[in-house]
Amino acid sequence: MALDTVVLAQANPDATQPFAELGLKPDEYARIKEILGRRPTSSELAMYSVMWSEHCSYKSSKVHLKQFGDKAVKTDALLVGIGENAGVVDVGQGYAVTFKIESHNHPSFIEPYQGAATGVGGIVRDILTMGARPIAVMDPLRFGPADAPDTRRVLPGIVAGVGGYGNCLGLPNIGGEVVFDETYLGNPLVNALCVGVMKHSDIKLAKAAGAGNLVVLYGAKTGGDGIGGVSVLASETFESKGPAKRPAVQVGDPFVEKVLIECSLEIFAEDLVVGIQDLGGAGLSCATSELASGGSGGMKVQLDKVPLRDPSLSPEEILMSESQERMCAIVEPSKIARFLEICEKWDVTVSVIGEVTDGKHLEITWHGELIVDVPPRTVAHDGPVYNRPLAQPAYIDIVAKEILDLPIPSTADEIKSTVLQLAATPNLADKSWVTDQYDRYVQGNSIQSQPDDSGMVRIDEKTHLGVAVATDANANWSYLNPYEGAKLALSEAARNIATAGAKPLAVTNCLNFGSPEDPGVMWQFAESVRGLADGCLEMGLPVTGGNVSFYNQTGSVAILPTPVIGVLGVIDDVRTRTPMSFNRAGLDLYLLGETFDDLAGSEWAYMHKQRGGIAPIADLQREMRLIDLLVAGRTKKIFTAAHDLSQGGLSATLTEMVLRYNTGATIQLENVGISLLSETPGRVVVAIDPSQSAALTQEAAVQKIALTKIGVTGGDALVINDATISLKELREAHTQTFQKLFG
Amino acid sequence: MKIGVVTFPGTLDDRDAARAVRHAGGEAVALWHNDADLHGVDAVILPGGFSYGDYLRCGAISRFSPVMEPIIDAAHGGMPLLGICNGFQVLAEAHLIPGALTRNHELHFLCRDQNLTIENTNTSWTSSYSQGQEILIPLKNGEGAYMCDDETLKMLEGEGRIIARYVGENPNGSRNLIAGITNERGNVVGLMPHPEHAIDSLTGPSADGLGFFTSVLKALVK
Repeated sequence: MALDTVVLAQANPDATQPFAELGLKPDEYARIKEILGRRPTSSELAMYSVMWSEHCSYKSSKVHLKQFGDKAVKTDALLVGIGENAGVVDVGQGYAVTFKIESHNHPSFIEPYQGAATGVGGIVRDILTMGARPIAVMDPLRFGPADAPDTRRVLPGIVAGVGGYGNCLGLPNIGGEVVFDETYLGNPLVNALCVGVMKHSDIKLAKAAGAGNLVVLYGAKTGGDGIGGVSVLASETFESKGPAKRPAVQVGDPFVEKVLIECSLEIFAEDLVVGIQDLGGAGLSCATSELASGGSGGMKVQLDKVPLRDPSLSPEEILMSESQERMCAIVEPSKIARFLEICEKWDVTVSVIGEVTDGKHLEITWHGELIVDVPPRTVAHDGPVYNRPLAQPAYIDIVAKEILDLPIPSTADEIKSTVLQLAATPNLADKSWVTDQYDRYVQGNSIQSQPDDSGMVRIDEKTHLGVAVATDANANWSYLNPYEGAKLALSEAARNIATAGAKPLAVTNCLNFGSPEDPGVMWQFAESVRGLADGCLEMGLPVTGGNVSFYNQTGSVAILPTPVIGVLGVIDDVRTRTPMSFNRAGLDLYLLGETFDDLAGSEWAYMHKQRGGIAPIADLQREMRLIDLLVAGRTKKIFTAAHDLSQGGLSATLTEMVLRYNTGATIQLENVGISLLSETPGRVVVAIDPSQSAALTQEAAVQKIALTKIGVTGGDALVINDATISLKELREAHTQTFQKLFG
Repeated sequence: MKIGVVTFPGTLDDRDAARAVRHAGGEAVALWHNDADLHGVDAVILPGGFSYGDYLRCGAISRFSPVMEPIIDAAHGGMPLLGICNGFQVLAEAHLIPGALTRNHELHFLCRDQNLTIENTNTSWTSSYSQGQEILIPLKNGEGAYMCDDETLKMLEGEGRIIARYVGENPNGSRNLIAGITNERGNVVGLMPHPEHAIDSLTGPSADGLGFFTSVLKALVK
């Protein structure tokens, strides 16, 4: 293909261009021509097509995501808000923490190992780009039915990819989720979260300020991987008969990224950059246009200076390549020598590819010929915005009227069989088969990880300051009522932080949905965003950023609406955290919170293939009082252990508690069936020394939280009313599922 | 006492090893792979990680790093040297200890809390333990199966050079449940599990790993 230049574009305005193949709609192509006053060059077309893709431009979601700004909580804790690579939160003692969650769903379906691996790599670079040292990762995963043949292909590859990349980076994996549902067959969800820590003064932003400053590309060389990944992969629904799309999946090299992290942190520590941006989706197109529009707008780039792994790449391909492990920095000329020296120490490839100008245009040349001449904002931020039609889908009213018909256990045999079935069902079974493939110890600061309610890491070895992170989604509830579902996911994640006694501080999110071109899906999305924004406002938690993944749909079947909500909390002394379970006999067990007949959307209903009913309504005021009670219980040393109730209700919570340290319990329940199976939100089981009972009663009364004594700890069985389940048989049921399914 | 902790590109547990040295009461000195100077240290730790991305074979490239030359010389002269996980693999590649580490028999990376028995307390790194003592420390690796020929195995068993063995089910397919071995002189120890991740029960499963680091400090005083 001959080189297409700006001169040629002016001389030959009517050339036919493959905008549709690049994922642009006719009106979008027309808009580009209008912006430029001519047809785009092929390089410009490449840039606009990737940057205006759904994945990069949020064109279908923007009008809704605005609510996170409109309903923003007034807080001093938020140091950097939405719009940068990741939000930054003040956690005290001069420390700032950044955290974010992103999806890598489509690539992981096509090539599970590399898709998941580069998902981890991408989110870690986002965190690094803020100036922070990455300190932990988490990975909420969702798959088709556990016994489906394709799940056996996808799950082991994704787990190995998350582990293979994260382990090699030296980042502890401190939690996540593994959930199975038939709607994820063909659309597995791979969400990856990273947490980083820095001092306030070290925060970096993506801006190219100061004419004469140099544009420096460092890290891996650019290759042909991931070309068009953004536009072709992330923004189109899979067609069952389409050609294999494997070449568009990026390939990761965690060793290069590990070296890039250490090299970058050394560069940051010497204050050698003015601005920085990682290269992720849309590669150089994204990095150059975002950096330039973050500054005055002017930048000149010599594209032929980009170090290449494959010298045959065309300029269009170089602009679109999503080769991993690359960063782009803006460096003052006086500091470039030291910058290059540090890269040399770490054997990192580096090239000065351009400079910041005082103009308004991003100009890119290829061996001296101008191939891109655009106002960078039009590429990076002024993409199309769609107010897509939305309509409440017909199923909503139909499922709301469904009456659940579920077996409710009452005899000793029924209770035992129910508890064992729940312990073994793939969604509730022990996840060690997965988490044992992840390093949770590296860096030496991990305080909690799976199966605890939240992951917790120490960030200061002297003061013992720490942060806790939890991610949650309950897609069954979101399916029944997306507005309440989002609020309930938020409250569950916050509760999971608080059971350990940490105080929730900030929120991130990864919103996984079907096609935005389906009005019903768009309604689910709009309701979820509204619920999350309202919930965050009510709970006083700022949203620091997030990610939207649309087109998780095969043919007309969309995934369940799956807003994954991540909550970050802070704990002043990790040594005082409340553990999730007990290791001695003679403690009293109490249930905090009331239990209602909430079986709609429950795991028990799902196991009986019943999806209907009415989801619980989130009571966030009560949830906040419960959180206060949990934090007070920790600081006043009332609790010996605390564990959240969620999927699988009290049955799952008790199973996890007694197995954790192999200490049994004897439980007495009224209305035993509903007590065990209901998933009423806002409940926690706590274990206390009997001497603390007055203190607990008083704290619960202050916070107006219902308190019920349900039993005592001890023995080598879980005894519920007349049913005795030995820890041995409970452990077998709980731990053999994954081994049997995945070897 | 100064204990050097080597950082190769891709090393991950260097900070943890240095922390463990300080916890035991020693001074940790960072050594850089490309600097052939030991900066006067009294002992050296090769920590875990994926040096050079484990390309070619685990430890195969690191073994040729400039810093390894003086380390190998000093180890031949009796300087205490501990290789943990990837460091164990480097020791094997450098032929400071016999045998090799291969892929776990189940072909997965495996991270879990592992019971070990200490079987030789006469090395520079194990004297703080009692013979037969059972300890609990993290195990985390993808290529941790210790392999050697029958003759070498017989020699290691006969000379009491197996310093630690896995308790219970074999986690990775190592011959004779070998978790760690020493050289003839007892100054060089290769260990697959991670004592540096078990120096307190807050961040590790126990404080059982600290003994490796207190041992070497005692050995150096003698």
